[in-house]
Amino acid sequence: MAIWARLEDVSVRYGPKIVMQNLSLDIVEGAITCIIGLSGAGKSTILRLLNGLKKPDSGHVYVAGRDITAMREAELIDFRRSIGFSFQFAALFDSLTVGENVALPLREHTKMTEEEIRRAVAANLEAVGLAHLEDRYPAELSGGMVKRAGFARAVVTNPQAVLYDEPTTGLDPIITHILTSLVVKLRERLDGTAVVVSHDLASIYQMADYIAMLFEGAIVAYGTVEEIRRSANPIVQQFLQGSEFGPIPI
Amino acid sequence: MKVFDDVGRGTINVFAFAGGVAELFGDALRFIVALRIRVRESLDQAYLLGVQSWSIVVLTSLFTGMVFSLESAVQAVDYGVGNLVGGVVAFSTARELGPMLSAVVVAGRTGAAIAAELGSMVVTEQIEALQALGLSPTRMLVVPRLLALLIMLPLLTMVADIVSIVGGMWVANVYAHISYESFVDSARFTLPFEDVLKGLIKSAVFGIIIAMVGAYTGLSTRGGAAGVGRSTTNAVVISIILIFIFNFALSYVLYGNS
Repeated sequence: MAIWARLEDVSVRYGPKIVMQNLSLDIVEGAITCIIGLSGAGKSTILRLLNGLKKPDSGHVYVAGRDITAMREAELIDFRRSIGFSFQFAALFDSLTVGENVALPLREHTKMTEEEIRRAVAANLEAVGLAHLEDRYPAELSGGMVKRAGFARAVVTNPQAVLYDEPTTGLDPIITHILTSLVVKLRERLDGTAVVVSHDLASIYQMADYIAMLFEGAIVAYGTVEEIRRSANPIVQQFLQGSEFGPIPI
Repeated sequence: MKVFDDVGRGTINVFAFAGGVAELFGDALRFIVALRIRVRESLDQAYLLGVQSWSIVVLTSLFTGMVFSLESAVQAVDYGVGNLVGGVVAFSTARELGPMLSAVVVAGRTGAAIAAELGSMVVTEQIEALQALGLSPTRMLVVPRLLALLIMLPLLTMVADIVSIVGGMWVANVYAHISYESFVDSARFTLPFEDVLKGLIKSAVFGIIIAMVGAYTGLSTRGGAAGVGRSTTNAVVISIILIFIFNFALSYVLYGNS
């Protein structure tokens, strides 16, 4: 089982608030790892650590064998090209059309001709069910469509890994199911690694190969879906059952 | 003790801001020197930030030139030196009023726009999205705005100079009966072309200040819509204060002996 990324004794604080304390986590290559935990627990911070958007206060982050905590910003900019990132609210550039959003990384990082870019954009938009919407602006799309356009932009350069921040939050069950299937389909197409931060347990059970639970700055449980569901850890069980009674302070 | 705390914190903030702006400017310069410039985006910004400001610059400079001429022409004629009015208006316009007025107007309109746009991009994670795509926000967003203002503000200042002097000439003729020939002769005699160029150098510096302060305050935005509002206000206030300070310093350096 090859490891794609490793967080080693990572500590992160925002001002006086300690978000992570000596956290360690391995991300398995070629698998979908879902990170669960309470709101504000630092799940999205893990994604930002993995692509160097956030530097830890201490500890190391190794991605594809490289210590990215030692990289300068210029190196990180190059490094990030190999990782797709789908933001919670998609973060599409609102001054660009959907097609221009998806085309941007190709225009900036490749020597593809305009015709090749046009074809790649059309293929990727079709893959996420947004064929023929290239000319729409993000403000003209529904929440689910915006998320899918964000997926298309994240995978258009065929990255080795894709990080998804809350890909299904706030969407109806049908769109949630479609997006969950899409995460699985895109991982298979790229033959790469996916890391998903989510609260949506049904989606997680559907797509995850591994689940890591973050609680009070540390990973308190890690395993396959079945291992996590059968976990004897009362914190995990309280979270999975959505119970207000248990060791998690409300 | 609280006073010392406040002074200390304020001093740290001033130096942190100056350092941040200088670092961002250094980053932008590196891209410009390496010719890693987005030409299309820079032209779009030149249109949005510069060309679309021309009407407000023309209006403010026209009326300023007219009122300046109105105040000076009547008194000059009373003292029998009406033939100097053209020189006075042209001299003060090209060296001080034109660059300053254009810069202040553009700071209010464009500096605010830059800070608001970049600030909104911060709070909607679009800046992080650029970084996540392996793109530099400095190259993608700051350099085009910097180049746009560096080129457009001197051009706007030239327009402001011309409009202000023509407005002053018309008022001097109508209210003080100073002939156009006398006004133009006086202006040509008093104002060397070198001074016009020095005024444009000042404008270029003001363009850099507006672009960099707007970009830095925008990119430093924290805290949602309220944060965008704060950044916008700060960009305008800080730009205008810096324009006045740099205007004095540049006048001292450029015109110190003349």
